[in-house]
Amino acid sequence: MSHSGATMLSNTLSTYDEMYAAGGSTRPAYDGYCEWYSEQDPAWLRRQNEEAERFFRRTGITFNVYGDNAGEERLIPFDMIPRIITAHEWRKLSRGIEQRVRALNAFLHDIYHRQEIVRAGRLPLRLLQGNDTYLPQMAGFTPPGGVYTHIVGIDLVRTGPDEFMVLEDNARTPSGVSYMLENRETMMAMFPELFTQVPVRPVQDYPLRLARSLSACAPATANGSPVIAVLTPGIYNSAYFEHAFLADQMGAELVEGSDLRVVNGRIAMRTTRGFQPIDVLYRRVDDDYLDPLTFNPDSALGVPGIMDVYRAGGIAIANAPGTGIADDKAIYSYMPQIVEFYTGEKPILKNVPTWCCAEPDSLRFVLDNLKELVVKEVHGSGGYGMLIGPTSSRKELADFEKKLRARPENYIAQPTLALSTVPILTKAGLAPRHVDLRPFVLVSPTGIDITPGGLTRVALKKGSLVVNSSQGGGTKDSWVLED
Amino acid sequence: MLGRSANGIFWMFRYLERAENTARLLDAGTRLALTRGSSAATDEWRSVLVTIGQDQDFAARHDEFTGSAVTNFILRDRENPGSIVNMIENARSSARAVRTGITREVWEATNQCWMTLRDLVHRPVRESTLGEVLSAIRGETQQVRGAMEGSMLRNEIFNFARMGTYIERADNTARILDVKYFVLLPSVALVGSTLDNAQWETVLRSVSGERAYRWLHAGQIDARGIAQFLILDGRFPRSLSFCYEKLRSNMAYLAREYGQESPAHELLRGAGANLHQATISEILEFGLHEFIRNFIGGNQRIAEAIARDYRFSA
Repeated sequence: MSHSGATMLSNTLSTYDEMYAAGGSTRPAYDGYCEWYSEQDPAWLRRQNEEAERFFRRTGITFNVYGDNAGEERLIPFDMIPRIITAHEWRKLSRGIEQRVRALNAFLHDIYHRQEIVRAGRLPLRLLQGNDTYLPQMAGFTPPGGVYTHIVGIDLVRTGPDEFMVLEDNARTPSGVSYMLENRETMMAMFPELFTQVPVRPVQDYPLRLARSLSACAPATANGSPVIAVLTPGIYNSAYFEHAFLADQMGAELVEGSDLRVVNGRIAMRTTRGFQPIDVLYRRVDDDYLDPLTFNPDSALGVPGIMDVYRAGGIAIANAPGTGIADDKAIYSYMPQIVEFYTGEKPILKNVPTWCCAEPDSLRFVLDNLKELVVKEVHGSGGYGMLIGPTSSRKELADFEKKLRARPENYIAQPTLALSTVPILTKAGLAPRHVDLRPFVLVSPTGIDITPGGLTRVALKKGSLVVNSSQGGGTKDSWVLED
Repeated sequence: MLGRSANGIFWMFRYLERAENTARLLDAGTRLALTRGSSAATDEWRSVLVTIGQDQDFAARHDEFTGSAVTNFILRDRENPGSIVNMIENARSSARAVRTGITREVWEATNQCWMTLRDLVHRPVRESTLGEVLSAIRGETQQVRGAMEGSMLRNEIFNFARMGTYIERADNTARILDVKYFVLLPSVALVGSTLDNAQWETVLRSVSGERAYRWLHAGQIDARGIAQFLILDGRFPRSLSFCYEKLRSNMAYLAREYGQESPAHELLRGAGANLHQATISEILEFGLHEFIRNFIGGNQRIAEAIARDYRFSA
């Protein structure tokens, strides 16, 4: 999973634990689970945890790591203590998510058309101009069904009983949904009786909902039941397992760029019987690699000419090219205004306060308070290239300050957040670790569909606030309780 | 299905079949080498390498054809593209690439096969553990075949997989015969001469056919009988005749399903006729070596035609 995750160390801040209240009593969300847990033999539970890891290896649920051991397959550690959200909490969360996703799509339509938000003086034009994620090729074009972000992953962090904040909007090609599904599958296989005792809302129909949602976005050229294909960069991509998993679960073809070409104004895949047209392409390839004729000419992962077919209405691409502008970290700080501008409502979910270092006042503040802040690259992801002030040495701070002064427009800063904790199972028993949550949202002309739950990522190291799988984070099954 | 997926599944099963057959060959070679003097053992190891087309690669890196050098080169040398460990890895990569076309059971069996082998050949394999490693290779590849048999829909994907299996198996049996044909020749020429029983045993063992042959021929070992068994006996699952009968039926499925035959069908019909209409006397008269050479070439042409006809690559 690539994208930049949460922030820093929180020893000095008071942390909200989602399972236990101060004084050690169980919070209501965990009543049913804790009752079951107290009856289990701890040694047996630890063995189950090891069994789960063997299961993941055998089934090949692995991701490839870029960098030192390129090509090596690793497991994302799974922790068997679920992360639990009450029906009440979820209702509010999903209202906030729905509102935010509606705003994101309206924003994308606007900035690729009349740019009313700029005209209204609510967003500086410079954030669009010269921003690589803004694609001029999309200007004046409306994707089939008017949908830009067919699949969105909203990264949420929690700092208190009623305090959920959006850390990041993933509007390009959010990953991790296969872990949401496999984690649930694993939990149900290991502890079937648990699911009869605690009423958990199911997530297993996500692939079906995805297929339905994508079908609803097919262009007018599609006859009958739309043909869906998942475009992957190939077996060496870090998320290949997920690409194959989703294609398999949807009953869609898993294609690579070399399988596709333009035939009679459509995008077609080379099958054993000849070329067959595709109606909806769920692409897991970045914008830049999508079409060597339009974008990066060296790309071998994409399809030459697909942008022409797309603009002529011959195919739906999910997500639409150019959606990256909506989850740009510089745009992020304007999300409260964006939500309000397009929905006419106050944002239900808060933003994390963010300083854009491109602005001189903000830069001064950030430089003065570097030791307290988290600083991220505007286009960074995966938790790479970020500074965590409170845990950095003086030399690291000084080095980072130089980078900041040299290219301030390349950075944003946020306060250190006391992310909530949920216990993990360690050799010594339960121990609290910081978590975030990525719910997955599907958008189609028929509506916005949020799967109850999502992917909980957990920082396995004590005190750490970095939950990214590329930085040693793990995952948990995420439960939303039935009413 | 995608042409690339057809290519992937076809080669996945070619690699698995080749790995399995190579393990058999090593097993038979080891047995023969153990019962011979050192110069005969060297000959045997060389002939194993010749059979799988690795003799030159081996000679470029090693001076002596010792059992340990040859078995480790074939089993686990990462720089040898035809080593069993590389073939299993290729099979697994292919399986990953066609993950959406195979069942979870087939994928898990393939992944398990790869994990087991990787651990077994992590260190150089000693003579004392060679048998265990070879039997694990056979067992694990058979697991994949069993998972195919028990869990796959009988669709085009399944048929492409089987076509890969039988093209490869026919090739492998033919190569074994081709390398050992010289053992056959004297006995054909001199009826009643003493046969090199151990050599014969090796040929049969290389295709796991020693028991079947003994059962069919009541212990009567004769050259003509063995050639007939490996080439023409449609009951034996590694004979050329058996492989081509299966190939015919898999390709007939595609013709029915697609509503048309392809040039590969035409080639197969020709090759099949050569096999089914020939008697062993005619084959021996024509020359076993020439017959086998023709067969291997024809088999290769059929594989190429399949790849072209079904758009394996752009």
